[in-house]
Amino acid sequence: MNAPVRSAKLIKGATGDWEVVVGIEVHAQVTSNAKLFSGASTVFGGEPNAHVSLVDAAMPGMLPVINEECVRQAVRTGLGLKAQINLRSVFDRKNYFYPDLPQGYQISQYKSPIVGEGEVIVDLADGTSFTVGIERLHLEQDAGKSLHDQHPSMSFVDLNRSGVALMEIVSKPDLRSADEARAYVTKLRTILRYLGTCDGDMEKGNLRADVNVSVRKPGQPLGTRCEIKNVNSIRFIGQAIETEARRQIGILEDGGRIDQETRLFDPVKGETRSMRSKEEAHDYRYFPDPDLLPLEFDQAFVDGLKGHLPELPDEKKARFIKELGLTAYDASVLVSERESADFFEQVLAMDGGGRRDGKLAANWVINELFGRLNKEGRDIAASPVSAGQLGAIVDLIGEGVISGKIAKDLFEIVWSEGGDPRAIVESRGMKQVTDLSAIEKVVDDIVAANPDKVAQAKAKPTMIGWFVGQVMKSSGGKANPQAVNDLLKAKLGL
Amino acid sequence: MSVDTATVRKIAHLARIAVKDDEVAHLQGELNAILAFVEHLSEVDVAGVEPMTSVTPMAMKKRADVVNDGEIADAVVANAPAIEDHFFLVPKVVE
Repeated sequence: MNAPVRSAKLIKGATGDWEVVVGIEVHAQVTSNAKLFSGASTVFGGEPNAHVSLVDAAMPGMLPVINEECVRQAVRTGLGLKAQINLRSVFDRKNYFYPDLPQGYQISQYKSPIVGEGEVIVDLADGTSFTVGIERLHLEQDAGKSLHDQHPSMSFVDLNRSGVALMEIVSKPDLRSADEARAYVTKLRTILRYLGTCDGDMEKGNLRADVNVSVRKPGQPLGTRCEIKNVNSIRFIGQAIETEARRQIGILEDGGRIDQETRLFDPVKGETRSMRSKEEAHDYRYFPDPDLLPLEFDQAFVDGLKGHLPELPDEKKARFIKELGLTAYDASVLVSERESADFFEQVLAMDGGGRRDGKLAANWVINELFGRLNKEGRDIAASPVSAGQLGAIVDLIGEGVISGKIAKDLFEIVWSEGGDPRAIVESRGMKQVTDLSAIEKVVDDIVAANPDKVAQAKAKPTMIGWFVGQVMKSSGGKANPQAVNDLLKAKLGL
Repeated sequence: MSVDTATVRKIAHLARIAVKDDEVAHLQGELNAILAFVEHLSEVDVAGVEPMTSVTPMAMKKRADVVNDGEIADAVVANAPAIEDHFFLVPKVVE
């Protein structure tokens, strides 16, 4: 809130610059087999009301019993956010009326959440980073799903999601632009996916965001905020913030005032619109859920989970830079998805133990493999080239068996045909020619056949490039470029 | 603590209970009687006393993360006034 004004982030208005202030509540579905308080499945899809127990349907007399794995997942997430873990927390009832909420209340945590303050370090595209404070994380139930387009006068209700565990992760109002908000949610999603506590699948609604937006003149107190509900893609989060900030600036510059309210973002029309009066909707009449005792565990439980946390993206990035000598940019690209980082580490690892050259491996993973995957719109899991195959290609380059140029051809063959790279090099005669006498013969032939170019080269030494090209062409790209260069210099007397 | 008629109407609305105008005064009296009864508790000084969550000290029971319930869509919708393909049907609610 008191973060310094970042002037590059300001929005120009008719009356001067405006600062956008954004806080985000992310609802992340906890990865678990069963629901938060029942033994029904959390599997996505399924026939209507199939993954529903009588607890989830709020039948009279049913009592909630908490799923211990959901508790562990919330603690792991808290640890990943470097947050305070509360050894005692309390479940409350958040009362509101909606047909897909059969209990008439959501079991949530209000005054005593399981996780307190933490932080996320967010990297921006320009290489800078900033810290976003986490206010809290609490466990709560998801609601069911209503379908409004199946019938002219009725809504259809499916409770398959009802009771699935969610983590609500609330940021402090530390974000100052749509770019920062996008980068924050991207980073938070990456951390959750590394931890394995939420799959981050936004298309399935397993990660969604409520975005709080207000605007102010720099240095002024916070303005009145509007909450944009249920934004379900990172791109839309950015668009919603930009749209809403401009709407608020327009009202304020026309002398109006902002009403605190809940709004919906319509990506088709590119506008936000009022959803309902927040005053009434937010009269939730919270009180402790009498069906549930306080959630308590000891520090040993937390330490046990801490001891088994995976390496997180920030730590992995630091290790790649320090131990492998990668650039900060390359390291960021590799750690941005857990699958990418895992793949890279498999490329690094040699069969008998030992490690391949980090920079060479990173170059091949990022430039060749990711480049090609992006071009074809595939993700790393669908890569036709395995980590083992790419590792073998890297070895062949490192050993000087093939040149970098031939390696690209080899990569193409492995990509489209598969097979063992080493065997392909052998059977297709792709080996780099390092035998000086063989190369010398080619060089002599070309020098002899082009007396005019030889004369030119004597006057203009950069002409050597033309000779190198001819030799490489004539050797099918297999001649060692350094050897060719050296020989040519000697022959041409350069 | 007591409630006025506006609060009675508001609570009824939040709970989606239809309360007719001529019922409001009666309900207000009943609610205030209950509140007055509970008000006696405020005579007790509870400063420094931990809220009691259980008569005997006990830890909350937890379940293992195992799917052992659900797949009973017939039973879930059995008492619903209107259903179709195992969906509950309710009067259209749309924002």
